[in-house]
Amino acid sequence: MQPLVLTFELALAVTGILFVIGVPLACWIAFSRSRFKYIIETIVSMPLVLPPTVIGFYLLVVFSPQHFLGHFLESVLGVRVVFSFAGLVIGSVIFSLPFMVNPIKAGLQNFPPGLMEASFCLGKSRRETLFRVILPNIKPALLTGIVMAFAHTIGEFGVVLMIGGNIPGETRLASIAIYNEVEALNYDTAGLYSLILVTISFFILLSFYYLNRKTLKIF
Amino acid sequence: MIKLCFKKQMQTPQGLEWLDIDLNIGRGEFVTLFGKSGAGKTTFLRILAGLTEPQEGYIEVNGKVWYDSRQGISLAPRQRQTGFISQENTLFPHMTLRENLEYACGSKNLHGSIEEWIVSMGLKGIEDQKPDQVSGGQKQRAALIRALVCRPEILLLDEPLSDLDVPSRLDLQDKIISAYQKTGLTTILVSHDLSEVFKLSRKVFVMDHGRIIKSGAPGDVFVNDRFSGKFKFTGQIIEIQKDGVLNIVTLSIGNQLSRVVATDEEIAGLAVGSRVVVAAKAFNPLILSKDESF
Repeated sequence: MQPLVLTFELALAVTGILFVIGVPLACWIAFSRSRFKYIIETIVSMPLVLPPTVIGFYLLVVFSPQHFLGHFLESVLGVRVVFSFAGLVIGSVIFSLPFMVNPIKAGLQNFPPGLMEASFCLGKSRRETLFRVILPNIKPALLTGIVMAFAHTIGEFGVVLMIGGNIPGETRLASIAIYNEVEALNYDTAGLYSLILVTISFFILLSFYYLNRKTLKIF
Repeated sequence: MIKLCFKKQMQTPQGLEWLDIDLNIGRGEFVTLFGKSGAGKTTFLRILAGLTEPQEGYIEVNGKVWYDSRQGISLAPRQRQTGFISQENTLFPHMTLRENLEYACGSKNLHGSIEEWIVSMGLKGIEDQKPDQVSGGQKQRAALIRALVCRPEILLLDEPLSDLDVPSRLDLQDKIISAYQKTGLTTILVSHDLSEVFKLSRKVFVMDHGRIIKSGAPGDVFVNDRFSGKFKFTGQIIEIQKDGVLNIVTLSIGNQLSRVVATDEEIAGLAVGSRVVVAAKAFNPLILSKDESF
């Protein structure tokens, strides 16, 4: 069960981190008038088109102790990113970023500007308008971002294998464990892992669509 | 006193035009901006509320400078606190009507005031409903309270009555008048309905192509120019029936159907669907009260 527990720990951590950085990033992309906005949008969406192994390879290079950043993190802060849970989190956050940011950005861009302006005219700040008016009205988009990021992290393989390797109890996630078991011809264990993943993913998506249906009904 | 002097380039169906405004509005006045679509009325209000920035100019409201392009002053909408009501519904859909009003009050303890407004505007009993559960007129009444309850410097009404049916429209007109009498707020209404202008405002500014072309009391501005002893309506033919040597033409004029007798010569070249002008003169019309019909 260890790979499954690790997978869900990773998915929870990544979804939490992505929500915290995804909402402000989506706000900036949706409302900024910067000329360079499209560059940020391109970078955010890169994981959608790149093979996961490419991102994994670059992360492995950047965070390896032979390179500046990896060396700095290890020697000054004592943090080793490659082949560790921290590496899995960093890689997954980057790889799942568009799955959190893009739905929230779409929700914000479709939000009626008249409602925002009404809030400003009532003397409310941007922050208060965001938290009291905008976010409660884009719940379906927020929920989509959360579920997509969570589900996508559960299903990762390439990035996590490249940066995390296959260390039991530390970086061996369910997807890697299934691959491992198949290679070792342990089809029963691979089948059990797969069935659990399929069942949990099905119920996550089922509750997402059920909740979204209710949310859409409210608004 | 509100001093307004600004220029703003705006995109209209006729191409780029300049909104060029220079006028003063007395404190506590109720004025109307009247004009065709694209004349710049909404842009005027948006500039005053701080939602659109002019190219250059100066805006001073009750002694405080809100905008001065030379000094680089431009207060954000939240610092201006205008009560702005547009024709679209801008009540927050996730809040009840009461929560919308409480949000407007913020930390100010104005709950007594909210209750008083709810009663006086006829929203008692539905204040805990969400906006999509009430009628268009009730939504606009709630929007009016929300704009007033945070005690703005000025009230800006951008055609708030245009999407309402006649009874709701008349009702909200009365509510606006009573709210104005209660608060004494300087109020600027955008409208292209003459009866509304006459009923609500003491002063009207007529706008055309981004400029004020006339101003004064509604009676002085409109009646002298438009007085005519002749009735003239535009309508559409929906049926032509032959009746002996004459024809009975059924017309749709506004929401009314009317039958007019016409000779063959008069309807020559006309068919069902043709748009026509129906004119009558040299008779004295009857004026009948319609109040009871509402």
